[in-house]
Amino acid sequence: MTDWKDLSGLQIDALREIGNIGAGNAATALAKLIQRKINMSVPRAGIMPFNKIFSLVGGEEEQVACVNFMVEGDAPAQILFVLSPKGAFSLVDMLTGQEVGSTRKLDDLGMSALQEAGNILTSSFVNAFADFTKLKFIPSVPAFAFDMVGAVISSALLEGGYFADDMLVIETQFSDEDILIESHFFLLPKVESLKKILQTLGVSD
Amino acid sequence: MQGLKENKKKELRVGIADWKICCEPCDLITLGLGSCVGIALWDSEAAIGGLAHIMLPDSTQFSDKNRTNPAKFADLAIPLMWEEMYKNGARLKRIRAKIAGGAQMFLFPDKRGSVLNIGERNVVKVKSILKKLGIRISGEDTGGNFGRTMIFKTVNGEVYIRTVGNPLLKI
Repeated sequence: MTDWKDLSGLQIDALREIGNIGAGNAATALAKLIQRKINMSVPRAGIMPFNKIFSLVGGEEEQVACVNFMVEGDAPAQILFVLSPKGAFSLVDMLTGQEVGSTRKLDDLGMSALQEAGNILTSSFVNAFADFTKLKFIPSVPAFAFDMVGAVISSALLEGGYFADDMLVIETQFSDEDILIESHFFLLPKVESLKKILQTLGVSD
Repeated sequence: MQGLKENKKKELRVGIADWKICCEPCDLITLGLGSCVGIALWDSEAAIGGLAHIMLPDSTQFSDKNRTNPAKFADLAIPLMWEEMYKNGARLKRIRAKIAGGAQMFLFPDKRGSVLNIGERNVVKVKSILKKLGIRISGEDTGGNFGRTMIFKTVNGEVYIRTVGNPLLKI
């Protein structure tokens, strides 16, 4: 088993389930961070070819904010947290205590706020994964980009040494009463890591 | 004639890890180049254009299983596209290349994530492949840390680069 394509339905379900738990954990962390009640939902999750993921955000030239983590440890992987500009701006407003809708472009302060939020969200996502699998994950200091989604995602994958054609995508929506933040987690374990993760879940071949 | 006019405005999308050629006036467009490189080849006389969007420099580092799509690699895509253009009447002495992309989109604070330096390696490889084929580069917009869209007009060989927040650049 070396490829997403070879995964069974059961294995995909298991991965999707920890994805859900990870996203739930991230929502809790976000709620603490901005001191609001935050709901989380996972509208879609599954294996997707990378050339299809651009349509998730509306096309290759759409701008996105992307926090990019390399994860070392027992099962090296890469995690991307991707936000639409609208979601990114709302998040910056919430983090900096402004009325939502105030931020219309990203300055240095906004960017570092987002990077920090991405850091916290992704760490809690990884922690859920670690708890569940009992594997040790050590996330790197994240890198950040705000640019065309085609450029951002393809480069993140290639720079991370991820050359497979598919990835696990967990679409997440964070919302409170009147604000919806659309975002995606992309989970990209290295080949040998995927095997290890499935083993710890008891769903390896 | 309506039909003919329509034809002249033809627009062809080149996806990621893809290439296309066009033997009549058209716009060849590829979106969102990051560390990937776009290679536009143009024969002015035969008015044939080709555009490739490669992701990685060198296919020889991968097993057969991982190189099912030759359009992904600079060393395979460029010769294949050139061959197709040649079959359609393009000739080497008239071919010029314009290239764009090869950016470094992320800077990792601890350098761990960016050791691969794919963007720069892609540009170096593309240039060496073009040189090996005997194709001169007449325009270039590479490097930096931003994404690019490439619009190649095969009617006159002009290539335009679109980026976020900057005016259109002609190369």
